[in-house]
Amino acid sequence: MASIALVSPSKLEIPTPAPPTARDVSEAAERVDRLVVIRPARRWPHLDVSELWHFRELLARLVWRDVSVRYKQTFFGVAWAVLVPVLTAAVYVVIFGKFAQFPAGEKNTAYPSLVLAGVLPMQYFASSLTASGMSLAANLQLVTKVYFPRTLLPLGAVIVPLIDFLVGLPVLIGLMWYYDTWPNGPQFLLGPAFILLAMVTVLGLGFLLSAINVRYRDVRYMIPVFLQVLPLLSGVMYAVEAIPTKWQWVLAFNPMTAVIAGWRWAMLDAAAPNPGQTAIGVGVAALLFFGGLAVFRSSEPRFADTI
Amino acid sequence: MSIAIEAVGLSKKYRLGQMTAAYGTLRESLSHAAKRATGREHVAKEKQELWALKDVSFEVPEGQVLGVIGRNGAGKSTLLKVLTRITTPTSGRVEIRGRVGSLLEVGTGFHPELTGRENIYLNGAILGMKRREIEERFDDMVEFSGVEKFIDTPVKRYSSGMYVRLAFSVAAHLEPEIMLVDEVLSVGDAEFQRRCLGRMEELGSAGRTVLFVSHQLSAIAQLCDRALQINAGRIVQDGPPAEVIANYLHQTHSAGVERTWPSVEAAPGDDLVRIMSVRVLPHEGMPPGIMDVRSPIGIEIVFRVLEWGKPVFPKIKVLDRESTIAFNAMDTDERWHANSPPGEYTVTAWIPGNLLNEGAVSAEVAICSIDFPKLEHHAAVYEAVSFEVLDSGEGDTARGVFGGQWRGVVRPLLDWSVEGPE
Repeated sequence: MASIALVSPSKLEIPTPAPPTARDVSEAAERVDRLVVIRPARRWPHLDVSELWHFRELLARLVWRDVSVRYKQTFFGVAWAVLVPVLTAAVYVVIFGKFAQFPAGEKNTAYPSLVLAGVLPMQYFASSLTASGMSLAANLQLVTKVYFPRTLLPLGAVIVPLIDFLVGLPVLIGLMWYYDTWPNGPQFLLGPAFILLAMVTVLGLGFLLSAINVRYRDVRYMIPVFLQVLPLLSGVMYAVEAIPTKWQWVLAFNPMTAVIAGWRWAMLDAAAPNPGQTAIGVGVAALLFFGGLAVFRSSEPRFADTI
Repeated sequence: MSIAIEAVGLSKKYRLGQMTAAYGTLRESLSHAAKRATGREHVAKEKQELWALKDVSFEVPEGQVLGVIGRNGAGKSTLLKVLTRITTPTSGRVEIRGRVGSLLEVGTGFHPELTGRENIYLNGAILGMKRREIEERFDDMVEFSGVEKFIDTPVKRYSSGMYVRLAFSVAAHLEPEIMLVDEVLSVGDAEFQRRCLGRMEELGSAGRTVLFVSHQLSAIAQLCDRALQINAGRIVQDGPPAEVIANYLHQTHSAGVERTWPSVEAAPGDDLVRIMSVRVLPHEGMPPGIMDVRSPIGIEIVFRVLEWGKPVFPKIKVLDRESTIAFNAMDTDERWHANSPPGEYTVTAWIPGNLLNEGAVSAEVAICSIDFPKLEHHAAVYEAVSFEVLDSGEGDTARGVFGGQWRGVVRPLLDWSVEGPE
């Protein structure tokens, strides 16, 4: 049975657009000129930067959405951005610092500063990995109904936790003041570079895991296991230069080791990271980034069909 | 006139596994892969593939309203998904000139925790509006949706009606050059669907290009300049909506608007009676098979009585889309009381105007005699003819000026007596 009646236009409540202004007219001309060509997916995966730029407003909106709903209907609200790293660091300080007497490195940096400086980037990494790995499945409705570059989703997911990171930063600065572990010289300017390294690493993994998660929801269970082990392998609760050299080189293949060692050096005047080990970390991060992107782009055409 | 959409050799292949098991566990895939590698599981490649679209080429000139019809699974929705770039074609290409909007996307990306205001900005960005455009149209959108009072309330506290109204008003203010509408996928109640259609009609008359996918043949007949029929991923018909619909009805219902049998031997029936042809008499000014709800519908039966025997009489059974019986009717005239003389009879059953509800209707015809307590069917044709009843919405039918859903197999126009103040 037809459930739709056809009603002549005069009876419809439809918004009547205002008469076109000169700007509208020129804009319309510009829009008509816009040509979209749809063709089979390219064989060679690439990050289409110009298209990402075209969709920058959408990226900003998606980030803004996730930031504004992040602590909705919680009692402590944004304070969680401080509480999570502080509580984690406190447990580490008591267990590993007091009971286990973990090494604080060559320069014997105050242990609480050392730990919090490790916990903050690790917290950023953990939140980003979880969010970006789930980003496609979590936005299923968008993926199956609207076109936009899918890379926006993992990308947005690694930007959102930066807010938490920035909110937690003053606590670290407080500890730096209390324990007098100020950066010694202009190396603190390099601090953001190490956070960028964490971001590139986690984005690469996010591309990879979100693409896999479209098909295999196993990812949801893999990520927490991985994140439980990762702090132990990244030197969050110890200074990496204090462990046997052989093992330092093994851990160097984990980019987060380079991130944390570098960040401590930049912010706390801890021992400078071994350049060779840092280079390995950067290399692995680049590999993860491009490898993840390649997997993501090559499975992208099938996302809407398989998700 | 320039071309708004140009599709050339568009094909889309699905592997059947993709469609049935949307996702499995990694373990299942690994074990399949292992079996395939060791040759314990043979994969018949061809059988696992399905061409949802196969070599589809068409052009839509700017300003045309194009309807796409076809059975479920014919490839209509896949075509829309390719055109909206939700999925990529396997081969072929499409060029689209102008901004594309679609009513598939109504409310897409609404976040329940965000307020109406925040969702307008979010949804607008998702639909491809620039911040400035949203700001310019913000007041109109809010006014149109009628949720001014709750604009700063999280939408999770909205009633579903408010939610849909707000979502629709954002989509309705997009003002695309090219509008894609999938009536099958569009959510919401009849009122909402009506608005979608209204918006479409308005865009069409404003010279925008519209591509409309629908099961509502009457809507296609009314709104479109041209229609395509897709079957098994291919375009099988392209032409004026009336023709395309008439042919389509012919294929889909086992019957169309007319059925004839070339000879007595081939015609259905027993030794006494054979039905030679059945047809629905067309309404003036309407395509065949599309009937105006207000006018009587004539079903003409030609049958032949072969020899002297019993008194026989014609009977029809009318069914709606769900095969619910609307009614049975037979000719009770006295002439059928005596034994019927041999010869050819042409009878027409007139279903009164303003009786059947809108939608697809089919009719069975039979030539019977009474063999109490049964009716003996000497000749019968199940689903002999079918047609679509259409309300053109001029306000003089049982639904009056109401545009919403109107339930029931029948919808007679009644006489109402009223007592009360003038």
